[in-house]
Amino acid sequence: MGTAANANGAMGKKMVHYFRSLLLLELLQGLWLTLKYLFRPKYTLMYPMEKTPQSPRFRGLHALRRYPNGEERCIACKLCEAVCPALAITIDSEQRADGTRRTTRYDIDLFKCIYCGFCEESCPVDSIVETHVLEYHFDQRGQNVLTKPQLLAIGDRFEADIASRRAADAPYR
Amino acid sequence: MNLLMLDIVDPFRDWLLSFGAIGLLVWIVLKVLAIAVPVIITVAFYVVWERKLIGWMHVRHGPMYVGMGVLQAFADVFKLLFKEVIQPSSAQRALFILAPLITLVPAFAAWAVVPFDAKLVLSNANAGLLYLLAMTSLGVYGIMIAGWASNSKYAFLGAMRAAAQVVSYEIAMGFAMVGVLIAAGSLNLTDIVMAQAGDAGPFEWFWFPLLPLFVVYFVSGVAETNRAPFDVVEGESEIVAGHMVEYSGSQFALFFLSEYANMILISFLTSIFFMGGWLSPLHGMGIPLLSVDGWWWLFAKVFFFASCFIWFRASFPRYRYDQIMRLGWKVFIPITIVWIFVTALMAYYGVFEAGR
Repeated sequence: MGTAANANGAMGKKMVHYFRSLLLLELLQGLWLTLKYLFRPKYTLMYPMEKTPQSPRFRGLHALRRYPNGEERCIACKLCEAVCPALAITIDSEQRADGTRRTTRYDIDLFKCIYCGFCEESCPVDSIVETHVLEYHFDQRGQNVLTKPQLLAIGDRFEADIASRRAADAPYR
Repeated sequence: MNLLMLDIVDPFRDWLLSFGAIGLLVWIVLKVLAIAVPVIITVAFYVVWERKLIGWMHVRHGPMYVGMGVLQAFADVFKLLFKEVIQPSSAQRALFILAPLITLVPAFAAWAVVPFDAKLVLSNANAGLLYLLAMTSLGVYGIMIAGWASNSKYAFLGAMRAAAQVVSYEIAMGFAMVGVLIAAGSLNLTDIVMAQAGDAGPFEWFWFPLLPLFVVYFVSGVAETNRAPFDVVEGESEIVAGHMVEYSGSQFALFFLSEYANMILISFLTSIFFMGGWLSPLHGMGIPLLSVDGWWWLFAKVFFFASCFIWFRASFPRYRYDQIMRLGWKVFIPITIVWIFVTALMAYYGVFEAGR
């Protein structure tokens, strides 16, 4: 008797499910959902005309900074080279005539770089930084390796911006 | 407007026919172009509308740069036409070239019997419904030949799926048409629309007494044209593009064209069989302008159903293959058989008499 009632219950459930699917209720719900989304304001950002706001911590293209007197900051301590998880940085150094240690070569391979920002964090003199620049390209093989003059040039070009962003982020560091 | 067209068209035809066989040929070609060219242009804009509507449902914009998106139609067409036509070296050459044409010809030929207004039909055939059944079934041969001639396993699997799917849904579709045939008492498409005329407006149309058949017909139509959610034939995640995988450039464009022409055709047929064709929903209420029957009502209904195809694509995930077969054979065909019986009873007891 009990099993028969259970069988009836299961049968009833099956029938209910059968008619629900026959009336396409779930499909109509789905259609109603997409219909509502049809009239939503669009998420699309009109990219070249509009841009998303950037954090001061944004990690983009690399740059080497200088002191206000024009002297390059980098002291060739090679902490960034050591910390770089992608082995993207290559540094050679020498002792300059004034007795300071300076780099003769500072290469960053942008194909290897994962933009983690460890180089920037490890730098004791705030020399290597990642700028806000995210729109750049290479049109030939080999251009992916940024050399020391290129990095310094980027730093010179965006120095004001780099300084202001670092100032904005300083309280949270 | 119809009278005006007849006044111009009839003397023109007589003038052409006075040239004998050549005049007849020119007249036939003109009739073909009168349908084919608008269909092709509609397909181009339908593709834009599809991209726009799907975009909006995805909460993005869709094409919006080439002429505010509208001219994207021509950009798409010319891109396809200028691309290189590639043929696999192991393909069966003659059939490979023939397959897109075999798909395209029935897709266009079916338009011959579609009435656009009370007198506006290319061929007012008495057996229009039978002709439509024949033409819409022929399209699957193109798909099968394409899949076989490509000599690719993806194309072959797509062709196999297409054969099974289209043939199964053909039956449900045919049965749904039988219901319409019983209700209208005619195989002529113009007569079918006129049988739906009546004072009750939309409730005289066949969707109301034949509601299950209406749903089955439209869903089968979606399956028949291999559109989402029944697009396992193309199934890009499993078999790349099915039977079209080896086709490129203008040959692919022909497949594309026939698929979309078929979608628009199904929208037309659903409107004609179940939604009263060119009849106004306010038919017989005596409201000026809105109560006038005309092709614009047909086109509005077609626009709705054509948008439904896109709506389904934006809403539903793809059916699993065995689910498609189950739906076709174990759900749709029994429903249509039962409702044909109900329709016969309704016809016997005179439910459809009022509309005559």
